[in-house]
Amino acid sequence: MNGPSFHSVTLDPAKCKGCTTCIRFCPTEAIRVRKGRAYIIDERCIDCGECIRTCPNNAKKAVSDPLSAIERFAVRVALPAPTLYGQFDERFSVDRILCGLLDLGFTDVFEVAEAAEAVASETAGWIAAAGDGGPWISSACPAVVKLLQVRFPSLLDRLAPVISPMEAAARIVKERLYPGRADVGVFFISPCAGKVTVSRVPQGLSESAVDGVISIKDIYLPLRNALPGVEERPIARASGRGVAWAHIDGESDAVGVPRAISVSGIADVIGVFEALENGKLKDVAFIEALACPAGCVGGPLTVENPYIARARLKALERRSGEGTDRRNPVGEIQGGAPGIGLGFEEPVKARSGLRLAPDMLKAMILLEETELIGETLPGLDCGSCGAPTCRAFAEDVAKGDALITDCIFKLRENVRKLAEELINMERLQPPGLDKD
Amino acid sequence: MKLRYDVPGDDLSLAGKASAEVKRALGRLGVDPGAIKRAAVSMYEAEINMVIHGGGGVATAELSPERVVVVMEDSGPGIPDLDLAMQEGYSTAPEWIREMGFGAGMGLPNMKRNADELRIESEVGRGTKVTIVVAFGAAGGAEA
Repeated sequence: MNGPSFHSVTLDPAKCKGCTTCIRFCPTEAIRVRKGRAYIIDERCIDCGECIRTCPNNAKKAVSDPLSAIERFAVRVALPAPTLYGQFDERFSVDRILCGLLDLGFTDVFEVAEAAEAVASETAGWIAAAGDGGPWISSACPAVVKLLQVRFPSLLDRLAPVISPMEAAARIVKERLYPGRADVGVFFISPCAGKVTVSRVPQGLSESAVDGVISIKDIYLPLRNALPGVEERPIARASGRGVAWAHIDGESDAVGVPRAISVSGIADVIGVFEALENGKLKDVAFIEALACPAGCVGGPLTVENPYIARARLKALERRSGEGTDRRNPVGEIQGGAPGIGLGFEEPVKARSGLRLAPDMLKAMILLEETELIGETLPGLDCGSCGAPTCRAFAEDVAKGDALITDCIFKLRENVRKLAEELINMERLQPPGLDKD
Repeated sequence: MKLRYDVPGDDLSLAGKASAEVKRALGRLGVDPGAIKRAAVSMYEAEINMVIHGGGGVATAELSPERVVVVMEDSGPGIPDLDLAMQEGYSTAPEWIREMGFGAGMGLPNMKRNADELRIESEVGRGTKVTIVVAFGAAGGAEA
């Protein structure tokens, strides 16, 4: 599944100053600065969006579809991620937000939160049927799945092989609500850069049912401007159980497996996976791991602060729990989810991005060289060479992707040696002039 | 090639660093994921033991294309009865260690399960040397 190399995360070269901020935050050491610009190493990138979040110059962005992309289709269905609801304050109800999407040119909406309920039930059923105690890792976050592929391949067999709520929603729309139609386009309204990538190169599937991904950032302003004038109708159906997937704990609560770990933020996700790989966490049945801080509400394509958005969603969930605006009893999906395949169609395979060479003997030679080079470096991880750490730089030098003199300290060392040599040579006199 | 790490005996939060480094190196070599996990589990257990019981020490990992040989050596109190220590559920770990989720008496049995070869040499009052061998399967679990 390395497939055609496509990543939604890209660089705007005009904005990049080559400042090296992003390279330090990349969890797979996938960025190098060369010639004053940040370059992404495709095989390593997991589309987590950390670089988009941390770039001080807004030079990192996710390529997503413009709103005008929906015009290709006669029937245009919006699949809003529940995170969208948390972007607006309490004046704007979910009904109003969904009606606002219709005002922007969509002909129908299907809440991803509603599909999330079906995915939660499927996941719970799968865990119960597997019966080995787990832990099973959620496959909902595309960056986490890619993190496993690149950094934790030994944990891939712990992935719960259930498709994401986005895919499930797209399938319900295409197979149940508009079966057999070729003029239907479904568009995910996304907080997430990784979803753009998996809508084109899916995980565990041969083909995605999603036709396009529009970022919340892009749709926010037109939607915000439309909302006050929208004629509000009661069309929201998803319950709090589905809406809660937008933030951490939501999915594990919805799946309802006792002994679950919920972890968000890529650094802590890595910590949990390290522990799991070391054989700890034996008493854990389910791991909900989300790459963004506080979950999808912290996605790089959102507008609102993740914690403010989460507080709004939690208030919404509480109201939904009281039954005042809950129209969809749990499990009763619009159009019906039974008969819709929610399982993976193919295994998710390891990616070799971190491997030094395809041949192990060659890789071993490079590793040894890396260690030797690493010992001569200052260990300051200053980033001036364009690599995130001295060790990553040593690897680059061993592989022939960088020169040792790209290290400013090694360069100075060489200059000093040269200077000393010059002085030594200056002392040498032609024999005829040597009066000593 | 050989990797060498000092394992400090006074900080449990640092325990696992050496095994994480070896795991990283095995990943860079493209060792099959199953072998990486077995090496990670057995070395991590040994490293935790070395910190909790042995007062820290030195860990080395000798890498070849066929296998990794990990040697963990401490100058701790040693293991008086090795057969007893190998029994599941037997533990001499103090209460506070158990409260942290360690010390269930599964360390040595777990190492034995995950390693292809496990040698423990121990002398009371002098220290313990644990040798773990993990052989690699078919090279390269990852796609090119």
